[in-house]
Amino acid sequence: MFNKIYLHLIFLSFFLIKEAFAAESGGMPQLNPEFWVSQIFWLVLTFGTMYLVLSKLILPKISNNLESRKSQILENIEAAEKQREDSETKLKEYDQIILRSKTEANSMFNQAREKAIKDINAKRDVLDKQIDDEISKAEEEIQALRDNAPDKINKIAIDTSSELLQKLIGAEVNNSSISAIVDDLSRRNGDKYYGN
Amino acid sequence: MAANPMSQFDVYRIGPEIKVGAFDISFTNASLFMIISTVSILLIFNLGSNKNSILPNKIQLLAELSYTFVSKMISDTAGSKAKPYFAFIFSLFMFVLFCNMFGMIPYTFTVTSHIIVTFVLAAFIFIGVTVIGFIKHGFGYLKLFVPSGVPAVLLPLIVVIEIISYLSRPISLSVRLFANMMAGHTMMKVFGGFVISLGIVGGWLPLSFSVALTGLEILVAFLQAYVFAILTCIYLNDALNLHH
Repeated sequence: MFNKIYLHLIFLSFFLIKEAFAAESGGMPQLNPEFWVSQIFWLVLTFGTMYLVLSKLILPKISNNLESRKSQILENIEAAEKQREDSETKLKEYDQIILRSKTEANSMFNQAREKAIKDINAKRDVLDKQIDDEISKAEEEIQALRDNAPDKINKIAIDTSSELLQKLIGAEVNNSSISAIVDDLSRRNGDKYYGN
Repeated sequence: MAANPMSQFDVYRIGPEIKVGAFDISFTNASLFMIISTVSILLIFNLGSNKNSILPNKIQLLAELSYTFVSKMISDTAGSKAKPYFAFIFSLFMFVLFCNMFGMIPYTFTVTSHIIVTFVLAAFIFIGVTVIGFIKHGFGYLKLFVPSGVPAVLLPLIVVIEIISYLSRPISLSVRLFANMMAGHTMMKVFGGFVISLGIVGGWLPLSFSVALTGLEILVAFLQAYVFAILTCIYLNDALNLHH
């Protein structure tokens, strides 16, 4: 009721304005009420239609799009965060595996080295023993030879001296006297020949 | 073109005269540009909302930026209670903006340069806001005219001033838009006329003015649509959240 009266008043005021401006032709076309009703009608029609289509069809879609994008972005961020955590734990696992394998390799290397050292030592012991045996045998032989050498030399010296004397003098010389002289000489010069 | 700078605001009939009772509702150039504006708005926003991709294309981005722009404007000025009126304010802003912008194309008609159009919009807003205010607060809405903390001596004067300012809202709202549009377009027309009358020798100065004015008018076209919408939000805020 109030609105109706108000609208009537507005229209009345505009008609009054129109009366005022009608005198000067070529004034403001805005104040020519010829097409006012038409303009109001088409304004209400177009604006009303646009409002209905926008509010019922288009704006809910846009708001829906914005919401779904927001939620999807949040979801994606969450997923990315989760994947990052996963990869971090995987990285840790990987590090542990590497550490473990490193220690394993180290221990294997140590074991192998110990074994090799043991082997080498054993072989060396055997070889050392062999060498020692050989050396001792050789030494024994040398000792035997050395022990026998003065006797043989003495004998050779006695034989040679007796034959030498026989040839020189032409007489038989007593072997025992010669051997006594050779013994005496060899005892005196023995040090010179054998270095004892 | 006519030399009269006001002839651009002439409304003329396109097609036959249509009469309903005593009222002439013929299809005019004004109706044509209302339809062009609304159809372009619907087309753009329909295209911009049809496909929902995570990376929006240009038209979708345009639609969504407009949506968030208006949505932010409303929540900043009128709070969360104004949410149900979002669609109306969005339509209002887009309608005024598109009508203003289409008016910037040469040889077109500016729908919003007619007082009757802006007045009907403003009157609808005024009545709507008043009705909402009375529905929300009952007769308590009349407290809007009684600001708190005013000395009792000044109260009668203040109340009268408040009532006058409240009642002048639809007039100020409609005249602001209509006058801005009309003045800008008239000025551009006048400067365009100077270009012709001064010819090749002296026409360059008004021509450069005309170019600058075109830029200014595009700014005004946007700004007036924004002001129209934001004032609607402020009036709505008064009705929804009684501050006084």
